[in-house]
Amino acid sequence: MLSGILIFNQKGENLIFRAFRSDCRPRLADIFRIQVISNPQVRSPILTLGSTTFSHVKHENIYLVAVTKSNANAALVFEFLYRLVMLGKSYFGKLDEEAVKNNFVLIYELLDEILDFGYPQNTDPDTLKMYITTEGVKSAIANSPTDSSRITQQATGAISWRRSDIKYRKNEAFVDVIEDVNLLMSATGTVLRADVNGQIVMRAYLSGTPECKFGLNDRLLLDTGESSSNMNNPGGGNGLSTSKTTRAAAGSVTLEDCQFHQCVKLGRFDADRIISFVPPDGEFELMRYRATENVNLPFKVHPIVREIGTTKVEYSVAIKANYSSKLFATNVVIRIPTPLNTAKTTERTSQGRAKYEPEQNNIVWKIARFSGQSEYVLNAEATLTTMTHQKAWSRPPLSLSFSLLMFTSSGLLVRYLKVFEKNNYSSVKWVRYMTRAGSYEIRF
Amino acid sequence: MAMNKIRGAFTVPRKGETFELRAGLVSQYAYERKESIQKTIMAMTLGKDVSALFPDVLKNIATGDLEQKKLVYLYLMNYAKSHPDLCILAVNTFVQDSEDPNPLIRALAIRTMGCIRVDKMVDYMEEPLRKTLRDESPYVRKTAAICVAKLFDLNPAMALENGFLEMLQEMIGDPNPMVVANSVTALQEIHHTAPETQALQITSNTLRKMLMALNECTEWGRVTILTTLAEYKTSDVKESEHICERVAPQFQHVNSGVVLAAVKAVFLHMKNVNSDLSKNYLKKMAPPLVTLVSSAPEVQYVALRNIDLLLQKEPDILNKELRVFFCKYNDPPYVKFQKLEIMVRIANDRNVDQLLAELKEYALEVDMDFVRRAVRAIGQVAIKIESASERCVNTLLDLINTKVNYVVQEAIVVIKDIFRKYPGYEGIIPTLCQCIDELDEPNARAALIWIVGEYAEKISNAGDILGGFVDGFNEEFSSTQLQILTAVVKLFLKRPEKAQGLVQRVLQAATSENDNPDVRDRAYIYWRLLSNTSDSNATKNIVLSDKPPHRHHHPLTATVAPRPTPFRTFVGHGRFGADAVMRAAIEYVFNLLRPSSTLLTNLQEQLQNARENPLAAAAAAAAGGTTAPAQAQNNVENLLDIDFDGGAPASAQTEPSSGMSGLEGLAGTPVRVASPAAGTTTGQASNNLDDLLGVFGDSGAAQPSSSGANSGDLMNGFSGLALSGNAGPSQNNQTKKSNDDILSLF
Repeated sequence: MLSGILIFNQKGENLIFRAFRSDCRPRLADIFRIQVISNPQVRSPILTLGSTTFSHVKHENIYLVAVTKSNANAALVFEFLYRLVMLGKSYFGKLDEEAVKNNFVLIYELLDEILDFGYPQNTDPDTLKMYITTEGVKSAIANSPTDSSRITQQATGAISWRRSDIKYRKNEAFVDVIEDVNLLMSATGTVLRADVNGQIVMRAYLSGTPECKFGLNDRLLLDTGESSSNMNNPGGGNGLSTSKTTRAAAGSVTLEDCQFHQCVKLGRFDADRIISFVPPDGEFELMRYRATENVNLPFKVHPIVREIGTTKVEYSVAIKANYSSKLFATNVVIRIPTPLNTAKTTERTSQGRAKYEPEQNNIVWKIARFSGQSEYVLNAEATLTTMTHQKAWSRPPLSLSFSLLMFTSSGLLVRYLKVFEKNNYSSVKWVRYMTRAGSYEIRF
Repeated sequence: MAMNKIRGAFTVPRKGETFELRAGLVSQYAYERKESIQKTIMAMTLGKDVSALFPDVLKNIATGDLEQKKLVYLYLMNYAKSHPDLCILAVNTFVQDSEDPNPLIRALAIRTMGCIRVDKMVDYMEEPLRKTLRDESPYVRKTAAICVAKLFDLNPAMALENGFLEMLQEMIGDPNPMVVANSVTALQEIHHTAPETQALQITSNTLRKMLMALNECTEWGRVTILTTLAEYKTSDVKESEHICERVAPQFQHVNSGVVLAAVKAVFLHMKNVNSDLSKNYLKKMAPPLVTLVSSAPEVQYVALRNIDLLLQKEPDILNKELRVFFCKYNDPPYVKFQKLEIMVRIANDRNVDQLLAELKEYALEVDMDFVRRAVRAIGQVAIKIESASERCVNTLLDLINTKVNYVVQEAIVVIKDIFRKYPGYEGIIPTLCQCIDELDEPNARAALIWIVGEYAEKISNAGDILGGFVDGFNEEFSSTQLQILTAVVKLFLKRPEKAQGLVQRVLQAATSENDNPDVRDRAYIYWRLLSNTSDSNATKNIVLSDKPPHRHHHPLTATVAPRPTPFRTFVGHGRFGADAVMRAAIEYVFNLLRPSSTLLTNLQEQLQNARENPLAAAAAAAAGGTTAPAQAQNNVENLLDIDFDGGAPASAQTEPSSGMSGLEGLAGTPVRVASPAAGTTTGQASNNLDDLLGVFGDSGAAQPSSSGANSGDLMNGFSGLALSGNAGPSQNNQTKKSNDDILSLF
């Protein structure tokens, strides 16, 4: 397990050094500084030297390092480091050198609480904030023994993520479906890879201990019982299930994989694909999912790039919006790579503005508002300086970023969100959909 | 502001800082004392020695301020070692705190006591620990559970005597899931450090308890329980089925640590359940694994390493998911490299076109290292999938036509390997020969020369080409020199009329003007072989013998789990393969010439072949029906040693096998022997150690004379591993440990 947690700034100064085991010696900090921070050759987040393994994550301008001596679960180590970053953000707004220096006492206190003998304990920010506080995070709870015992009950209980005494005058729940659509298109225009990484973020302002049920237009769910029957007698009843699948195919989505917040009862999802949970208070990520079938690509891009001799490159990039004309995308940014030896560029666009950014070797074409079904074109020309050392241009892919409201690339819809609470109050629910570009790359 | 003062501590230390801090620590104002404690902690973090303040800090321990208490405790943990006597002063406070009405303070006291690693403190721990283990608050109980592990680490005897282990075992039945998880954690830790305690015995009852807690405890607790389940060995089919059924839902957890631990547990228990069911589980684990590939890069890396291992055991689980592993332009290099390996692993004749197009794309990128690996991957695909070899060769030709220097060089090396397996592509040789002037790396030059030598009868100007190399013989690297030597001899044997002069020149250059013993030795053996007139075919039989095809993947065929378990079978093959070829070769030489040990070392090339493909070599040798006398066998063993120790130049030539950066060549077979076992560290330290010992016990017995050198090689092998880490990344630790043990053995 973890022998120690170290935090460094970019210069390699040790900001935090917390050893959890006697085998984490102070000079390990020097070793990490020499071997990783001041060594530009390092290409792996994991470095094993002798019997010591350093696993590090870089966040903002600091290195977070976990030292392990034994055969620790590497995935757990990194998840923990990321959780530490998340906790830092939740406590200080952001976790950078400044925040670490200003809050080092609190960070020691947190580390002491979330790791015991190197084993991670409860790392839920909402629970921790009840008894580890700063000026920024004031706990309403006094330091009295009775309160403390209640806190500790909760921190170790089966629903460690929720206080029991939450009250709201107006019970509301907001559901945001956010999809990152990834595309990799070859130079010939074939789609090499298209998939959607979605997340469903919920903001729950609900009183008491509500039990929620959440329904999507998940194909497997619509075929009730199909997945469970499959599980019990594998191979059997295939004919039946395929006919059901085709019937339900209209308007449903196949989710390749789902991951849930720890509040979701995984056993129930596994058995009958029902998402049921007691939500934490406030904002949390309810689930993540992945879809690879029938991905609707919101934008089609046709780049034509011609290298004319060694001194000029001509671009003609056409982009077409592939969604309903009632919708519009915002902040559409197209980055068009130019050769490293570009001297100057000229651009003409039918919409938006294009600008050459020499430090990025990109022509950046921005369209603030892109309504559905419209098509825009950019024509550009890059003049190159001659170089003594001619090397072929590697043509990095053209990339896109955008955000598009009320559209899901996977076609996912929220069918219902039911809230059951013993007080039987009525609650208001809101759903919002958004599609963003994940890694939307087009080769040319 | 106070904040600014704290930040001030990061600046240059002022004179008399300790003095100032001390004054603050004994100040009459509480806030000044607290501030000084904070500054002291800050100085401690910066690596300054503030242990002199120990008594003054200690004075502040009795306080109602929880934050201040924590700071003092933190200081105590750090410096207790340097002031063991003074620690006693704190004992009273600890004992008192462990009975405080506030559970947070009780837990804090017991947690800190366990971290103060001073013998005297241990004596006072017994009572508080016993009480807190039975505390009414689950928060205190779960903290106390871990504290038992801390105590065991400090003083095992005391932990055993006081029955703390039994108490922990009972606590697996605790109603609170976190207490269960921490008890299991503590027992697991104790079990690993001292297996003889049998601390963690899983019965059907504890199994049931753990499975219940699994769905309720924190994500970290789940990892512990899942790990324990994975290590639990059962032959009971029902039990395995039950474990799989309860663990499989955890694939959907958001924490990748939980997902991988769950995959591991199911994977290991799956082999007990019936095949339909286990197929179903394989199908179920594929999507979550793919999902991990879109997480943060570091997590991705860990996931990819694990996927790589899983694929070795179950090559088909992801064969439809090739596209997922396509490299993104912005992926960090370590992720890209790993993805390349996985893509080669899941390549099959259906997705190969797509893969080749993608690899070709990568070969045109800018990162030189990545480009080389991409080119090498094309070669691996060709060797893996015979039906695709032509397309691979065409792709490589396209790349050669780009004229990008390093791409061309790598492509030639790869083509040499393809030639070795599929001899039918002579048509492209002229294209290759056109690049001859651009090659400046010894590997690429050696590869091209090998091709020329191998196809000397079909290349009309082979003599001219080789002549050019012979002229500059002394300027070449020794690996290239060796290839020139062999190629010229091959040419001579195939077309004596053309190369008579050439072969004399090269032998002259290699024997009289060269300092490298390997080159000279090889030249001498050729010289003698060529001057042997009794059997004119003997030389041909040796020099032009069929080359066993390459093997591009480690022949890891035994069980592989997310962290694999040892494979002994393969070890045997490796030695056998090398032996067999050696034996066959030695018979030749023995029969033809006077036995001489210098001659024997020159059979490195064959040996190397044997190393590259032990199985095929063994089969070939077996087909020949040779049986070596016991005497020869012994010689063989010695020879093997010599080769391992000194064969670097010859075997350093291209060996594009996946994974291990050229170090393979350096350490020879031992690396291969070590690699599977070394990748194994999965919580089976002892097991692993046994296996390693077993492996080297064998070879050690056979080659007592060279065991010292051999272990040196072993070290090489291991350090190679540490660099290219074969298994789950942070596992090398354990390997190192066993390594040390092996060393002490010798």
